[in-house]
Amino acid sequence: MRTFRNWLFIVAFLAGASAPARAALEIEITQGLESATPIAVARFGHAGSGPAPPESISAIVAANLARSGRFAPLRDLPQHPVRKEDIRWPDWRRLRVGSLVIGSIEETVRGGAREYQVAFRLFDTFTAGQLAGQRYTGIRPDQLRWAGHQISDDIYYALTGEKGAFATRIAYVTETAGQEGEVVFALNVADSDGGNPVVLRTSPDPIMSPSWSPNGSWLAYVSFEGGRSRIMMQELATGRRQEVSAFPGINGAPAFSPEGRRLALTLSRDGSPDIYVLDLASGELLRLTTSPDIDTEPAWAPDGRTLVFTSDRSGGRPHLFRVSAAGGDKPRRLTFSGRYNARAAFSPDGSRIAFVHESESAAGYRIAIMEVGSEKVDVLTNGILDESPTFAPNGRMILYAATDRDRSALAAVSIDGQFRQRLSIDEAGVRDPAWSPRLARR
Amino acid sequence: MVIYFDFDSSEVHPDDRIVVEAHAQILARDPSSEVVLEGHADERGSREYNVALGERRANGVRDMLRLLGVGDGQIRTVSYGEERPATIGHEEESWSRNRRVEFAYVAR
Repeated sequence: MRTFRNWLFIVAFLAGASAPARAALEIEITQGLESATPIAVARFGHAGSGPAPPESISAIVAANLARSGRFAPLRDLPQHPVRKEDIRWPDWRRLRVGSLVIGSIEETVRGGAREYQVAFRLFDTFTAGQLAGQRYTGIRPDQLRWAGHQISDDIYYALTGEKGAFATRIAYVTETAGQEGEVVFALNVADSDGGNPVVLRTSPDPIMSPSWSPNGSWLAYVSFEGGRSRIMMQELATGRRQEVSAFPGINGAPAFSPEGRRLALTLSRDGSPDIYVLDLASGELLRLTTSPDIDTEPAWAPDGRTLVFTSDRSGGRPHLFRVSAAGGDKPRRLTFSGRYNARAAFSPDGSRIAFVHESESAAGYRIAIMEVGSEKVDVLTNGILDESPTFAPNGRMILYAATDRDRSALAAVSIDGQFRQRLSIDEAGVRDPAWSPRLARR
Repeated sequence: MVIYFDFDSSEVHPDDRIVVEAHAQILARDPSSEVVLEGHADERGSREYNVALGERRANGVRDMLRLLGVGDGQIRTVSYGEERPATIGHEEESWSRNRRVEFAYVAR
C-alpha cells in the first residue's frame, strides 16, 4: 500500500496556466452590530521615489476592523494625518471617534529589490495618548497585504485585549463551468479577507475537505482523480503534492493532529467507514473505531487527546461521538437533541464545538454550537443547507458554507450569532472552507 | 444505467431488482468485464457523511451482484457523495434523482 513516503505525484506549481479565473471572494456584511466601536484609519503616508505602493494598507486595515464586527471605521475623515504633530485632536473628539490609526510606508531599495518599511501608531483621541505602535521592516511588495493584516491584529489586540485572526488564510473549494460546460473543481487559498487568491490545484474530478497543517505550510485534502478517492497533501510554498492514502473504498475527511505529525482520516477498507489515525512519518495506521455503521468526520480536540466524529451507530441518524486518540476505548455520545448532528469542529481553546445540526422542529441544516460537556445546542444560522463549519483561530467567528441564491457561497457568523457576512464569487460555487492557524510572515 | 434510492436508504427498490439482475447477467456472461458502481447522495447534510451514504448504496448493489454470481474482481465501488449531482435543485424532486447508483462499465 502506498504511504506518505511514496512521492507519486510531484508536479510543478503553475497556478496560472490552465487555472480558472482567480476571482477573489467578495465580502458583504449582512448583519452588523449597533454596538460596533467607531475608529478612524487615516491614509498612510508614502515616502520614497517610486510609484505608490501596490496595496493600500489603511484600506486593508479599515476593512479588516469592519469585518470583525466589533469596529465601525469612519468613512469620511476630516484629515489624514501622518505624524502625531499633524493630528487635530478637537476634530476627532467632536466626531466622537475615540481611536485613530495613522501610519506610513517608506520605500527603500536593497540589492536592487524594492522593499518597504511599514509603521503605524494607534491613539486614544481623548487623551492624545498612544495605545499601540509598531514598525515592520524589510517588507517585500508581495508582503504588503500581510503587513496590513498584522497591523490589524496589533490594533485589535490593543483595543479588545484579544488576539485577532487577520494574518491568516482560508482554504476553500470552488466549482466553475469550464469552456465546454464541464465542471472544474479547484482548491484555493486566500488571505482571511479574500485577497491574494491562489489556485493550488484544478481538476475535472471533485476535490473535498481541505485541512491545514498546524504550521500552515501544507493542506491535506480529498481528491477523486482517476475515479477513486485518495488523500493528498500539498505544500503551499512549492505546490509539491504527495499521496497519503489510497486504499480501496473511502479515503476521506483528513484532519491534521494539533502537533502536525499525524492525520486522522476516514477509511472504509475494512468494510464500513471507520476513523483511523495515520502516523505521517512511519505510515502506521491506528484504528479508533470498529462499528459496522458509518463513522466519519474526525475532529481533533486542541489538546490532541480525543477526537469527535460523526456516527449513525445509534438508531440510524448521525450524531456526534467522542473517542480517545490513543484508541481502545468505547466512543461516548455527545449529542442527544435534533435529527442530525454531524461534521464537528473544535474551537481553538477546546471549550466548544460547532457542527451541522437539524432540529426536531424545523427542517434545514444549520450551524450550531455546543459547550463541550453540556448538551445544550445553540443554533447560529438560519439557512437550509449550511455545512462545513470552521473556527477563526481566535475563536470569535465561524466560517461555513451556505447554499443560497442557487449557488453555494461562504458565510461567517460571530459565535454569539450577532454579526454575519457572506463571502461569494460571481460565477463560482464556493464551499468546504478551512480557516488556517495564525501565520508568520511568508 | 442508474437506480434510485429513498431518503437515507441504501435498499434497492423491488422494482429495480430486475435492473440489477440484468447487469448481473451481462457481467456473468463475460467474466473479463468490469463495472464501477458509483454511489451518490443528495446535497443535504454534511459532505463526508454523504460520501459514506453513497458508499453504502454502492455496496448494497455490489452485494446483490455478488449474490447473483458476479465475481469480486469484476466490481469496484466509488462514492462521490454529493459532489457529482445528476440534477441541480434544492427540492425533493432533484434530491430523489441525486440519490443513486450509476453503473459504469470499464472500457477495454
